Amino acid sequence: MQTAKSQSSLVLSLKKWWMKEASAYGFVSGYALMFLIFIAVPVLVAILLSFTFFDTIQPPHFLALKNYITLLTQDDIFMRYVLPNTIQFAVLVGPGGYLLSFILAWMLAQLPKVPRTIFALILYSPSMTAGVAMTVVWQALFSGDQTGYLNSFLLSLNLIQEPIQWLQSPHYLMPIMIIVTLWSSMGVGFLAMLAGILEINPELYEAGSIDGIRNRFQEIIYITIPSMKPQMLFGAVMAIVATFQAGSIGVTLSGSNPTPQYAGQLIVNHIEDYGFFRYEMGYAAAVSVVLLLMVWFFARVANRLFREE
Amino acid sequence: MRRRWFRTVSSYRNRGINPQGFHPSQIKFYLILLPLSAFMLLPIIFIFSHAFKPPDELFAYPPRFFVVNPTLKNFADLFSRMSASSIPVSRYLFNSIVVTVVTVVTSVVISSTAAYALSKKRFKLKQTLFAINTVALMFVPIAVTIPRFLIIERLHLMDTFWVHILPMLAMPVGLFLIKQFIDGIPDEVVEAAQIDGASDLWIYWQIILPMIRPAIATIAILSFQAAWNNADTSSLYITNESLKTFAFYLTTLTSTSAGANVVAGQGIAAAASLIMFLPNLIIFIFMQSQVMSTMSHSGLKG
Repeated sequence: MQTAKSQSSLVLSLKKWWMKEASAYGFVSGYALMFLIFIAVPVLVAILLSFTFFDTIQPPHFLALKNYITLLTQDDIFMRYVLPNTIQFAVLVGPGGYLLSFILAWMLAQLPKVPRTIFALILYSPSMTAGVAMTVVWQALFSGDQTGYLNSFLLSLNLIQEPIQWLQSPHYLMPIMIIVTLWSSMGVGFLAMLAGILEINPELYEAGSIDGIRNRFQEIIYITIPSMKPQMLFGAVMAIVATFQAGSIGVTLSGSNPTPQYAGQLIVNHIEDYGFFRYEMGYAAAVSVVLLLMVWFFARVANRLFREE
Repeated sequence: MRRRWFRTVSSYRNRGINPQGFHPSQIKFYLILLPLSAFMLLPIIFIFSHAFKPPDELFAYPPRFFVVNPTLKNFADLFSRMSASSIPVSRYLFNSIVVTVVTVVTSVVISSTAAYALSKKRFKLKQTLFAINTVALMFVPIAVTIPRFLIIERLHLMDTFWVHILPMLAMPVGLFLIKQFIDGIPDEVVEAAQIDGASDLWIYWQIILPMIRPAIATIAILSFQAAWNNADTSSLYITNESLKTFAFYLTTLTSTSAGANVVAGQGIAAAASLIMFLPNLIIFIFMQSQVMSTMSHSGLKG
């Protein structure tokens, strides 16, 4: 009798536990399913495919590390253009955009609410345009003939003698890509850092001034940044992701993949080139894995910098 | 001595973070921010100005930045025009609106329910799932275009409406921000309701949702921007012209490789660009204060 009773209470508590957990899993399931299908599995498939040869017609066959070896030793375009371009672009746009976001956020935090909100809106608005909507603007501004705004402006100042093919020129394409991307880099991370700076307890600054902090630069280094490390890290991760996600800007601006003389060719364009034009899915997957590793590496660095002890 | 000390402290108060009003020390920031934001605004002002230019101003030489005789002709042309495959522009716009609305609503629902469970429920995989999502903040969708393509093909989603929506639903940043926001709600609030015998669904609907409106607004904006500006889905996964979106239509107007006459189509393209951009701006203006209050919870622990 006694055991039966304890057994039934055990069953009951198990049932209750199951009900509790089950409802939690129920709440998570929709997101988890979409995450699995469109984020987790694609990453796994990319890793698996990167060890194979796959042209979408025949089933993939195993190549071990051959794709990676080819990428590092025989892919002339990758080594000569794509990798240096990606590094140049990423270094200027990533840390550059991040630093710019932080400095602007810090300046905005020194202003009263109304002007701050207006400036924040102005600085954030380019990041909403996300490429597509702005193509027409860049095409008009950087148009290669004399009716282009930049050309006409420089011609009227006699700074140049004849119009420059801005977007088709291997010299100017990359700088324009960098400027355009920096222009739109005050996104979510910028807003997070602004909120982070505003959240810092003002008493910390007063304590700091008593402890001998003499100027605002010291204040930033010793008080502001250490007090908002989590926001700094969030902003850094967002900056890294945005930098690599912006990879198609060269193709958007110049209107062709490959970009003129590979001047604006970034790793993302290389993936597209091999995946969708040459149908070498295995090789393209290997390049994707390299891209994901680069993102992961930079995020690790950011993590080191802003880890809370 | 005493006076000097007083002066430093009081000046700190005035020139510190989040000041209450104007102070001469702020002038230097205005001197930097005003020209910079004017520069940042130029391309955006240009969209507005360009979209209303009559043909003679669009092709004037020397080119003019600001419109002189604004006209709605470009918009009229845009809507009276058919695409190369005789689909009216309104169809693309309709597709974009439907896709965006469904994406925003669904992603808000699945992210907020998941965030509630991850923040307030106790279950075995909780820590693991949140850790995975945090790693996925680093996820760059553009890197997995090819495996996604293969999966979408395998699931027979090619050329369906769903392919616009489903891949956009799981947004690691969105889940992360809502979960952090819900963490700010004291556990006692939820526990009290549980003791009263409230179901999870009731707690989520009646207690959590009303308290996390700012976070909801924020991820609604983020998912709106992702869905509304998305042209890749139409070009990669859709061949049926009547299922493509307005963002895609805009790329056909501006892309030289698609054979568009960039010069002649400039007015139409400018009008279309403005239609692309405006909803982003309006929504953000209305929700900016909610976004800011969400962002103060955005910290990422290393």
